[in-house]
Amino acid sequence: MQPLLEVDRLCVEFTTRHGSLRALSEVSFGIAPGEVLGIVGESGAGKSLTGAAIIGLLQPPGRISGGRIVYDGQRIDTLPDEAMRRLRGRQIGSIFQDPMTALNPLLTIGQQLVETIRTHLPLSESEAVARAVSLLEETGISGAAQRLAQYPHQFSGGMRQRVVIALALAAGPRLLIADEPTTALDVSVQAQVIALLKQLCRDRGMAVMLVTHDMGVIAEACDRVAVMYAGRIVEIGPVRDVIHSPAHPYAIGLMGAIPSMSGERERLLQIDGAMPRLGEIPQGCAFHPRCPQAWARCRSERPELMPAGASRAACWLHDAGAPR
Amino acid sequence: MTPLMASPLVEVRELSKTFDVSAPWLARVIERRAPQFVHAVDGVSFAIQRGQTLGLVGESGCGKSTVARLLVGLQTPTSGEVRLDGIDMTQAFASGQAGTLRRRLQMIFQDPYASLNPRWTVADIVAEPLVEHGLLSGRAALRERVAELLAAVGLSASDAAKLPHQFSGGQRQRISIARALASNPEFLVCDEPTSALDVSVQAQVLNLMQEIQQRHGLTYLFISHNLAVVRHVADQVGVMVLGRIVELADRRTLFSRPAHPYTRMLLDSIPDVAMSGRVRQPVQGDLPNPLQPPIGCSFHPRCPHANERCRVERPALQAIGGVQVACHAAEEGRLP
Amino acid sequence: MSQAASAPGTLRRFFAGDLWHSFTHSPTAMVAAAIAFICIISATFANVLAPHHPFDLATLELADSRLPPAWLPEGRATYLLGTDDQGRDILSALMYGARISLLVGFASVLVSMLVGVALGLLSGYVGGKTDGFLMRVCDVMLSFPAILVALLIDGIGRALFPQSHDALAYAVLILAISLTGWVPYARTVRGSAMVERQKEYVQAARVIGVAPLRIMRRHVLPNVMGPVMVLATLQVATAILIEATLSFLGVGVPPTSPSLGTLIRVGNDFLFSGEWWITVFPGAMLVLIALSVNLLGDWLRDALNPGSR
Repeated sequence: MQPLLEVDRLCVEFTTRHGSLRALSEVSFGIAPGEVLGIVGESGAGKSLTGAAIIGLLQPPGRISGGRIVYDGQRIDTLPDEAMRRLRGRQIGSIFQDPMTALNPLLTIGQQLVETIRTHLPLSESEAVARAVSLLEETGISGAAQRLAQYPHQFSGGMRQRVVIALALAAGPRLLIADEPTTALDVSVQAQVIALLKQLCRDRGMAVMLVTHDMGVIAEACDRVAVMYAGRIVEIGPVRDVIHSPAHPYAIGLMGAIPSMSGERERLLQIDGAMPRLGEIPQGCAFHPRCPQAWARCRSERPELMPAGASRAACWLHDAGAPR
Repeated sequence: MTPLMASPLVEVRELSKTFDVSAPWLARVIERRAPQFVHAVDGVSFAIQRGQTLGLVGESGCGKSTVARLLVGLQTPTSGEVRLDGIDMTQAFASGQAGTLRRRLQMIFQDPYASLNPRWTVADIVAEPLVEHGLLSGRAALRERVAELLAAVGLSASDAAKLPHQFSGGQRQRISIARALASNPEFLVCDEPTSALDVSVQAQVLNLMQEIQQRHGLTYLFISHNLAVVRHVADQVGVMVLGRIVELADRRTLFSRPAHPYTRMLLDSIPDVAMSGRVRQPVQGDLPNPLQPPIGCSFHPRCPHANERCRVERPALQAIGGVQVACHAAEEGRLP
Repeated sequence: MSQAASAPGTLRRFFAGDLWHSFTHSPTAMVAAAIAFICIISATFANVLAPHHPFDLATLELADSRLPPAWLPEGRATYLLGTDDQGRDILSALMYGARISLLVGFASVLVSMLVGVALGLLSGYVGGKTDGFLMRVCDVMLSFPAILVALLIDGIGRALFPQSHDALAYAVLILAISLTGWVPYARTVRGSAMVERQKEYVQAARVIGVAPLRIMRRHVLPNVMGPVMVLATLQVATAILIEATLSFLGVGVPPTSPSLGTLIRVGNDFLFSGEWWITVFPGAMLVLIALSVNLLGDWLRDALNPGSR
């Protein structure tokens, strides 16, 4: 199936007075319609930046310095601002981490929904209101018609996130970029929001790019997952395979570091050291200083994504000529 | 449980803390509003044995952070008793003679970026308890001890001259731990120490904390909203809702046979990384509002087993089947 | 154990840091700093640098009075900016005058800062009724215009000490200017203190058992000084202008050691007889000092504010 979104060797750089820092390096992946792709990584890995670059919200001094982003066959990273603005919301929706700041505290939910709907769709006021009500109902908010007149502070955290999702879906986008949508929510509410996202994705045939650091959310919600490290994708594949049999040493370490809810209690697997800062990414494979299985080639040559079981990993261990 | 147990290091009995969140006096008089109170902690009781870890879990607003603050003297309890090794802590803190007591307990905070003074060097930060309690004097002695502490948490002596902003989140948390260990405390209150850290860094810090606990025989109160983490570190687990403990059990029992409906719901909500195919039952409804807590059991609006009694009568924490549970359904044997 | 890192280390860090970088890349800041520096140096070392001694009566030549600036037809090279009705060299008078103005300006800012920061810290950290009371005091202080308060204090001072000698006059003047100037410091510091109080490093200190006063001094104070420095820089200009106004009105510094304000007043009388230089040059000097200090303060505020980069 033709991917709805295709990111090809995307590079993002930041120009500071210390020189140019590469925050994203040759990031490539695709999302098919109706698929949920998870982008997982720790802080500083570049996952939020990827989302921001795709949706055209990179803040200077950051800029796209290489690669292409193709949406529905059309290249969007070179679009002028006005065209990108129209694309945003209509074709690509986005939801961010903090539901508190995503909504304008001075306007009612109804006003914000109607404004968004009428910006992108040629509907009359009453049609827009009707659509707003149906959107709220779709996201599981009961008594939607009455709640349109309420302000954000009258909603709880989980409800607010549902409203944010409704806003993102207002114009019927085909791609949704969700950046840490459940991180600020409590566990019980998290489960509800994840279930909602999955259901919406199924019902509308939407593609979702879910950015998070929480592996549990990935396991629940995603079909495929890409693991990011130091601005590059180190492993990408079906979620089951990446979680149960990770191929890249970093992914292996990551899985082992997560405390489990079952089985005997053992010492958590520890990856010594820390993710390198932007200006200190080593030559060759970015992970090699912390990798227990690094060998000579890892230090000098940077690996591309190569087949490793059912997924692909950027690791020389999976190359034909690797030492066993 | 051995019949003859040593007395616990930390004992908390009917601890309560109520905050007055009423509108200002003038507004209340004009609008005829009643004063409003939040029972952040409402009759909490538990005991921690020496060398053990009690994990307190719950969602936001359940009062677990307030319990932590009450235990270290950052807040004064409205009522109830807190004892460290038999000493009444509330009295000690109030009387201002708490010096020796404060040396024996310490706290580790959640935010690694705000828990270190950005203008102080690491050496000064770590040495502060030593200086404050007069445990060591002389630059050489302090320097040596700081180097010792930094080594114990996996940092190097050369880090002592640096400033906090030169370190990552995980390293800052290690510095916090080094500071906490400076006065050789017996009891450590850890308020979500790894919640702000990445998973791999969390693993490092948790492993470190367990190592230190074993080496020094420390007692921990570990607060977290992450059940998997609590399962990993705690010996005993307490589940809190709206200021009350609804279940208190040892780790194995709580996670394999949870008694309280809320605990079951909580465990059920956790995303299943192992993807065992378990069907999750997301709970309906929202978190209760601490300003308007439900009458009776605080969980009854969301509980599938609630009956009339639950709506009216608040259940007490009782020993049922080897664990402590506050639930009418459990008491009446109605739970499957 | 020393609190700060060793001096060479701090200095090295400063020059490698963002603040210095921002300074060297801002032409306005560098020019303003240069001008302010020149003014301060010439004022401080007036007795060495000034070509004449305008307030030493023995050196004055009445014959040289009312000479225009050197570039005009009747001017003379030794009196670069002309002379006043007593034969005093305007340029030298400027330097001595600037010295007085700067002295009073810096001194009152210092006093304001000490009082304001202390009260603001107390108010912000302790909170409660103390905070309420102190903020009401601030409100009351702010409702009085600075000049009027200064006039009032000055008047009281003169009434209490009719045979005042100069030192007392200065003290009264500095007190008068500081009395309204402390409020912005108190408010700024209070806001910052309230934020810092919630932070976990302060709570960690409380858990350790550090006394509140010590926490305020050693933990909170270093972290609230940033905005205070910006304010102090801007307030120096304000203080100098208030002093000039008071001196212009005749209730500022004693006439034996005139400040720029006094010079302006004295020169004012000669404006309409065509001897404009006697009042214009002191005025220009005042504007120059105030402007350069203000620009420096603006730059500092923007440089310290991470959001505006």
